[in-house]
Amino acid sequence: MHITRGFTGRPRGDDPGLPPGQYDAGDDWPVLSAEVTPDLAPADWTFRIDGLVDEPRIWDWEEAHRLPPSAYEGAIHCVTSWSKFGVRFSGVSLDAFWDVVRPHGSATHAIAYSHTGYTTNLPLADLTGGRAWIAWEYDGRPLAPEHGGPARLLVPHLYFWKSAKWIAGLRVLDHDEPGFWERNGYHERGNPWEEQRYSGD
Amino acid sequence: MTETFVPPTRFAVPGRIAVNEQAASVWQTATLTEIRRETARAATYRFAVPGWRGHLPGQHLLLRLTAEDGYAAQRHYSIASAPDDSGHVELTLDHVEGGEVSGWFHTVARPGDQVEVRGPVSGFFAWPGDRPALLIGAGSGVVPLMSMVRHHRARNLAVPLRLLVSARSPEELIYAREFGPETTPVFTRSAPEGVAVGRMAAAHVAPLLAEQPSSGWEAYVCGSNSFAEHASRLLVTAGQPVDRIRIERFG
Repeated sequence: MHITRGFTGRPRGDDPGLPPGQYDAGDDWPVLSAEVTPDLAPADWTFRIDGLVDEPRIWDWEEAHRLPPSAYEGAIHCVTSWSKFGVRFSGVSLDAFWDVVRPHGSATHAIAYSHTGYTTNLPLADLTGGRAWIAWEYDGRPLAPEHGGPARLLVPHLYFWKSAKWIAGLRVLDHDEPGFWERNGYHERGNPWEEQRYSGD
Repeated sequence: MTETFVPPTRFAVPGRIAVNEQAASVWQTATLTEIRRETARAATYRFAVPGWRGHLPGQHLLLRLTAEDGYAAQRHYSIASAPDDSGHVELTLDHVEGGEVSGWFHTVARPGDQVEVRGPVSGFFAWPGDRPALLIGAGSGVVPLMSMVRHHRARNLAVPLRLLVSARSPEELIYAREFGPETTPVFTRSAPEGVAVGRMAAAHVAPLLAEQPSSGWEAYVCGSNSFAEHASRLLVTAGQPVDRIRIERFG
């Protein structure tokens, strides 16, 4: 440990919800997309699951909204060190989609892709069991375009670059394939509790 | 369903820059050697990092400060200096209100102090100096773009480069003394006699796209989210392809 002379830092909250190296961003919600925010209307949005599944399928906005609603309330964690508490997203649990497409027994990972071409890879285990959503509302209102609206992937237990904005689909694979940031030096899984920020962490 | 999904828009193709995983994962000691005031709110901090493996313009590093009780705060900062500065890197930091890290730099730090850095990290916003570059920034968003300008100058590169930079006033324009004919400043609150005051607009972007080389520009946009949204829309409206716009937003 290398002590920095004269550095005291912000008051210590004894917050068990804050992963190592993170700070509480309070009311801020920084936007960190690397691409131009797309002009994507709900009517033009689709979500598709293909790859190693029994029944590949595409949902449009209306069809996705007929699935049982589900909400997430809790924290999100960005790799740039901010965390945000008490966020409320609503949409549909990914489990509702998995029930329809039924992944093969050999499936281990998925690559999520956006309507912009952005990609990110995740183990299937992180996308099942009530831990991942397709979200279209934030705090009871339509998700803003710069935050991924009309709909984004939400995987709040991993760093937020995994929660692909403007989600277009998931391709189910029997192996891991790096996505956009993962090819640019970031960690393949991105668990904030283990500080998996960069490749090799 | 075996056809490949083709997204309606494609953005910047990644992977041009290999990130050195070893360099990115090791914390190194950085010794502050010099502090230079840039504006009332921003100062440049020069560090000696003997083991620095080099970076490309546009890359950033992760910086960590540690308190006596072990509490650590880390932040990503864009590197301001050009790559050819052996064993040294420079950061230009705004004094963020209530910022524990920038606050330490602006009120406590002095030459000789030691902090920890790791990097460079992320290759997405990097510019190796190989393609014509159109740089658009606001406020301290000019920092990674300045690394590109300095690199362009230091290497005497022939590839075209233009910088369009927005600041509230000439006094708040970071690196004002260093800019040359490659740079067009835009002032949003006050400007020298005879210079227009106002937000960056299509009229600023159009002439730059009109003079683009035959291979087109790679556009790099850096600033607050609202600025990045505004500037990237100006670029798209002016005809810059979406897949040749890279954006770095504060946060």
